[in-house]
Amino acid sequence: MNFDFAVILAKGPQIIAGLGVTILIWIVGTILAAAIGFLVATLRRYGGRLMDKLLSVPVEILRGTPFLVQIFLLYFGGPYIGIRLDPIPAGLLGLSIYGAAYYAEIFRAGYNSVPTGHAEAADCVGFTRLQTILYVQLPEMALLVLPPANNMAVILLKETALLSLITVPEMTMTVQAIGSQQYAFVEAIVVLALVYWGLVELSNFLGRIAERRLSKLSS
Amino acid sequence: MTIFVSSISILLGLGFAILLSAMRMSGNLVLINFARVFISFFRGVPLLVQLLLIFNLLPALGLSLSSLATALIGLSLCTAAYQAENLRGGFEGVPPGLIESAEMAGFSPTQTFLHIRTPIALRMTFPALVNEAILILKASSLVSVVGLIELTKMAQNLAASTYMPLPIFASAGLIYLAINLVVAAIGRRAEVALPGLPAK
Repeated sequence: MNFDFAVILAKGPQIIAGLGVTILIWIVGTILAAAIGFLVATLRRYGGRLMDKLLSVPVEILRGTPFLVQIFLLYFGGPYIGIRLDPIPAGLLGLSIYGAAYYAEIFRAGYNSVPTGHAEAADCVGFTRLQTILYVQLPEMALLVLPPANNMAVILLKETALLSLITVPEMTMTVQAIGSQQYAFVEAIVVLALVYWGLVELSNFLGRIAERRLSKLSS
Repeated sequence: MTIFVSSISILLGLGFAILLSAMRMSGNLVLINFARVFISFFRGVPLLVQLLLIFNLLPALGLSLSSLATALIGLSLCTAAYQAENLRGGFEGVPPGLIESAEMAGFSPTQTFLHIRTPIALRMTFPALVNEAILILKASSLVSVVGLIELTKMAQNLAASTYMPLPIFASAGLIYLAINLVVAAIGRRAEVALPGLPAK
């Protein structure tokens, strides 16, 4: 069998448009996930025992079920309880909530790593709770939190491929469609795999640079 | 089917992962680079894309495979790459003194690898293995895409025929959650029951 990559590469602009959607959903989704995750971890730490228990339930459920089932539930099941979303918002919401559960655990470990004495010292010199979190605990946990946070961002990048199954027009869906139109499905998937590979290695590389910068800064 | 596919893949993947670790430590540049590229590729491409690739590429090369075979190959190769990364830490943690004493006792490098380094690395990375089992159980939902009727595909079919996606996908999620909780509990028990690590 002959492989013809030219017909796929001729569709470059479409692939780049799909890549754009992938990157947009990934970046917005990751930022939202990290923000919600941080909020959840903070509420679990300072919201009292009941809040901690209550919030641990959704975190465990989200971490114990496949992302695919979660987005199917949101996209196909949502309309039955009045949540009617277009594919892109549904995908973004699904990715943020899923990621938030993992980020909440990452930040929880971060909070645990900061010696309680430091927070107490900040209290003593008159810092408010918010100031303590922002100026003492967050900077102190940053070094520990950054590697797993980067790791999670890369995992979320790969999870965006699943959004093609709820018809989000991201890269996987776009390239598959091109492959079927051009009768070159195998070539299309090969190109797709290579683009993801490059993207993941690039973000791993950037993550390592960020980690190195931060550890220099703090030493 | 979900449990079957996941457990077979975990075991096959573990075998591959040990092989990859052996290649990476072999000192042979070709093998080292092969293992490196293999691990980077399978960790760098979404599993969904890997499955689509295997499902479409192998038949195009003249190798027809069933959905089950595709699913097993895809999941085991993917988990092999992740498990090899986990094992790396374990292999690095094997006390050098043990390896030296094995050599002194006349073990060949292969014997040292199989009887000394691998068991210790496996024991050290056991918690990571349990974690990986849970990840693969969740990742196995993706093999529904290559047409294997496992838990997720079954839920999709039921949702389509009954027009009740909400309760059906919710139940599927609960089943995954229950299996994962059981796996995690078994993992914790086993962690206690397993023999301890050699002192450094």
